[in-house]
Amino acid sequence: MKPAAFEYHAARSVEEAVATLAEVAPDQGRILAGGQSLVPTMAFRLATPEHLVDINGIEELGRLAVEDGVLSIGACVRHAAFHRPVTDGGLGAILTFMAGHIGHYPIRQRGTFCGSLAQADPSSEWCLAAVTLDATITAQSTRGRRTIAGADFIQGIMTTALEDDELLVETRIALPAADTRFGFAEFSRRAGDFALAMALVSFRLSGGVMHDARLGIGGAEDHPRRIPQAEAALDGQPPGSQAFEAAAAAVAAALDPMEDAGTSAQYRRELAQCLARRALESAAESAAA
Amino acid sequence: MAAETGTETGTETSQVLGRSVERLEDPPLVTGDARFAGDINFPHQLHMRVVRSPHAHAEITSIDCRAAAALPGIFAVWTAADIPDIGPVDFRADRASENLKPYRQPVLAKGRVRYVGDPVVAVFAEDPYLAEDGAELVAVDYAELRVIVAADQEPGEFSPGLGTEAALLTHSFGDIEAAFAGAHKVIALDLLTGRHSGVPLETRGAIGRYDAANDILELHGAAKVIHRNKETLVAMLGCDPAQLHLHECHIGGGFGIRGELYPEDVLVLVAAKRLGRPVKWIEDRHEHLMCANQGREQRHLARIAVDKDGHILGIDDEIFHDQGGYVRTHGSNVANRTMCMLTGLYHVPAFRAVTHFRLTNKTPCATYRAPGRFESTFVREQLIDAVAAELNLDRVTVRRRNLIPASDFPYRLSFDEPHVGDLNFDSGDYALLLDKALTKFGWDDLQADLARRREGGEMVGTGIGMFLEEGGRGPSDGAKIAVDGAGGVEVITGGASLGQGFETAMAQICAAALGVGYKSIRVIHGQTDRIPYGIGAHATRATVLTGGAVHVTALKLRAKALDMAAELLQAPAEALEISDGTIRRRDDAAGATMTLAEVARRLAPGSKVLGGREPGLWAEGFFNPTDTVFPYGVHLAQVKVDPGTGGITVERFMVAYDVGRAVNPAMVEGQLVGGCLQGLGGALYEEFAYDENGQPLAVTLADYLLPTLGEAPEVEVLVTEDAPSPLNPLGIKSAGEGGINGVGAAIAGAVNEAISIPGAVRRLPITPQRIRDILRAAAGRTD
Ligand SMILES: Cc1cc2nc3c(=O)[nH]c(=O)nc-3n(C[C@H](O)[C@H](O)[C@H](O)COP(=O)(O)OP(=O)(O)OC[C@H]3O[C@@H](n4cnc5c(N)ncnc54)[C@H](O)[C@@H]3O)c2cc1C
Repeated sequence: MKPAAFEYHAARSVEEAVATLAEVAPDQGRILAGGQSLVPTMAFRLATPEHLVDINGIEELGRLAVEDGVLSIGACVRHAAFHRPVTDGGLGAILTFMAGHIGHYPIRQRGTFCGSLAQADPSSEWCLAAVTLDATITAQSTRGRRTIAGADFIQGIMTTALEDDELLVETRIALPAADTRFGFAEFSRRAGDFALAMALVSFRLSGGVMHDARLGIGGAEDHPRRIPQAEAALDGQPPGSQAFEAAAAAVAAALDPMEDAGTSAQYRRELAQCLARRALESAAESAAA
Repeated sequence: MAAETGTETGTETSQVLGRSVERLEDPPLVTGDARFAGDINFPHQLHMRVVRSPHAHAEITSIDCRAAAALPGIFAVWTAADIPDIGPVDFRADRASENLKPYRQPVLAKGRVRYVGDPVVAVFAEDPYLAEDGAELVAVDYAELRVIVAADQEPGEFSPGLGTEAALLTHSFGDIEAAFAGAHKVIALDLLTGRHSGVPLETRGAIGRYDAANDILELHGAAKVIHRNKETLVAMLGCDPAQLHLHECHIGGGFGIRGELYPEDVLVLVAAKRLGRPVKWIEDRHEHLMCANQGREQRHLARIAVDKDGHILGIDDEIFHDQGGYVRTHGSNVANRTMCMLTGLYHVPAFRAVTHFRLTNKTPCATYRAPGRFESTFVREQLIDAVAAELNLDRVTVRRRNLIPASDFPYRLSFDEPHVGDLNFDSGDYALLLDKALTKFGWDDLQADLARRREGGEMVGTGIGMFLEEGGRGPSDGAKIAVDGAGGVEVITGGASLGQGFETAMAQICAAALGVGYKSIRVIHGQTDRIPYGIGAHATRATVLTGGAVHVTALKLRAKALDMAAELLQAPAEALEISDGTIRRRDDAAGATMTLAEVARRLAPGSKVLGGREPGLWAEGFFNPTDTVFPYGVHLAQVKVDPGTGGITVERFMVAYDVGRAVNPAMVEGQLVGGCLQGLGGALYEEFAYDENGQPLAVTLADYLLPTLGEAPEVEVLVTEDAPSPLNPLGIKSAGEGGINGVGAAIAGAVNEAISIPGAVRRLPITPQRIRDILRAAAGRTD
């Protein structure tokens, strides 16, 4: 568990980081953010990058701000930054709740929001949030800047739309309408483990019925995604067990879950169904509160 | 009487036996001054990296070490061909069994590899990073062979002419055919205990050093059975006992797996001698989870015959024991222990167990805390629960009806097989402990409460695991105790400390017998150059055996001190007492006194008052117990199952255990709580799974799920001292394995009740997915 030799570059600015990355990307150069995914894989020699470009010293990437109705999360913002709500209302509260499910306390002190997106683990809480809440991702390279929609960014297990020479500089999430209700539920074997499945939902209420429903499932398929059939089962319906059961059933029907030696597709499907229902119930409870 | 718990502080007196005094060993551990294997370094040391088999079963067709050997910083690269004179890792002397010998593990694979992780090549380098770089350059070609991943699979070939069923073992007594023929009911269960093991925080480590000036080879990082391992190594290396010494350092957890002899221990020793440089090897976690001893994996086809009142008439069990790739230092001991302890604390008139002891292409297995007992308790208690369900009787009632009554002790279990030793249960009142445990748990009220919760839709239930343990196996252990001229007391033992508080326990026993403060006592363990014999710390022996030896020796030393003091104080020795290291007349508190230090000075070689006495205030003594001791326990669990996810929450857990006599109740409690959490690991989380090609699926701590504080219930503990052992002077039984033994059984019973499907749990660990499978199948049946 000793990593192979590599060259270490400590970047002082975004420009320097992307310039170095452009140079070393062809030799398996990689960005080092919190290191909570990259370093363990290097210790196992599953990853043997010849160069690491460390972005932790770049001050501007630590920026976490709410401006003009948008939450901006810089590349060096740690999971722990969400231990307390970063905005008022349901969004801040749900991100805090989700952050508590990421690994353990020490991991959350180093690991970053944007690093999670770049890593694209199917069970990443932040990937699910980015997809369900329609985040916008900003990538920069020596070729310039571009933005990518959350749903397009994550493409599969540990595969993203990011090019080898691109730095993910920031993730932006538009603040939802103030009356938006959120719910989240996940299941893992132990506290701190990657989830076997999770669900993030939000909806608004008017005239006693739900609208603008969003329902995303993570951990079950090779990447998180919204389930339109489930959202359709919610919109226009009063919140309650009938609509929630229907949406959960739609989740089960729509999913094509991963299967691995420890977990069957059927179990993941049942979990997703159960968690979708629970996330909806907790969103409804938060509405009542 | 229940022993007191909770740590007492500041006790300097000799009245320390049975009290929860502070542990002596803690200061270096909590201040970071402890020295683990990783902390041991010698000048000019090399670092070893082992190239391991990526295949579960294959012929090695070629090995090319040239590229690795050419890498700067690589000192040597060895294959089996470089150490042709070194034989396989041997069994411990007392376990020798000729027909198992062909299944021993070579130090480096010879021709064939038999599990993923099997050592093939050793690389020695200037630093551990280079050693890994070198290991990556070693090119080994393999031709894959048929892989066997389960003991109940068709056996295959271990080596030409040798099958993978290494032994067919039988334990029996009574007329089993008649028992089943005359039964009111026969119930059969097909049960599995999953493969798991002790996973200490500190991985294995071994540092070999050759002291050429004195012609002594040293192994640092030894643990558990240091003196026994020395004997084995002396035989394997063909040296004189005086030329090899093993040294124990601080150990970050043992649990049965650490401290056994493994190929890497032999490699660092041979390399240190032949390469002329100290050689250090520290196992990484990935290696640990593929290579250190695993355990527990058995399938039981068990049947029980009962009369109409639930009295057991007979138990018949066919066992498939998955031994993994080789037979390690214990031989077939775990399989044998599974069988001989299977009837536990019940009166069973007829019994037969047959074990298929089979090699598979997985990591080799050996002992893990409560070896064979965790497994057999699970089986036995599931059988009892099944009897209760089948006859519509209360679970507690069926147990009460079958417990060996207190009036039957000592109780002897004799087996038909001449080579299987009798078990002599020394003392016990099983029904009393069951009553105490149920009362403390509030069992009866709880049943009503949980029934209400179940009616309300919750899946909650309770389970019971009753069990017997065995400890203090001889044949003998000794100790040396010396008092120096400043009054310092040194207790030299061949025991071992795995973190269990060995030093404190020995100091307490010595303090009580000698009459000194326990904190002034220095306890030596695990150093073969200090004492030539030692039983080590395994199978809950230490406190009984080494403790017995310390007690005997301290009394001898006391007699010697009083004999000298009697002359100097001009009083008969019988009239004197020693307290806090001071000798005085028992009937004259204000009279003349002298200290043990003064006595030691007066007994110095050449002293004028020596007379005909042997010089020195020191003594050596042995304790030779006639037989083993049998502590016993009751585990009670309360669980809640989440029907949606299959998740299981342990709402309450209680360990009730009769230890005969607790030397230090807080330490006993620590052993029981720690053991219990490990048991929850085996019952609910931990599993070394393999795919059909024998590839291990749990090789990191993200896949091998140890329970953490987040999963830990508050473990309730009831330590009783109702049945002290008549076999040793202090009445001690043992505490090491009572926390873990019945956990699988109690949790399985509780889950069955929670989901209201008797006998649903067939397999440990009980994972959420397996619960969902059970619930789905049950729903399908009722639809
Ligand atoms: C025991 C444990 C448990 C965990 N549990 C969870 C969990 O439950 N849920 C969860 O979501 N995560 C979990 N994680 C992972 C953790 O959240 C990581 O922090 C996260 O996945 C990656 O973030 P990082 O900043 O540490 O990235 P790093 O490890 O530094 O990098 C990860 C990858 O992303 C790339 N990268 C990082 N930042 C950028 C960037 N700005 N631009 C371009 N590429 C970039 C790196 O080059 C690398 O390839 C766990 C980790 C551990 C060790």
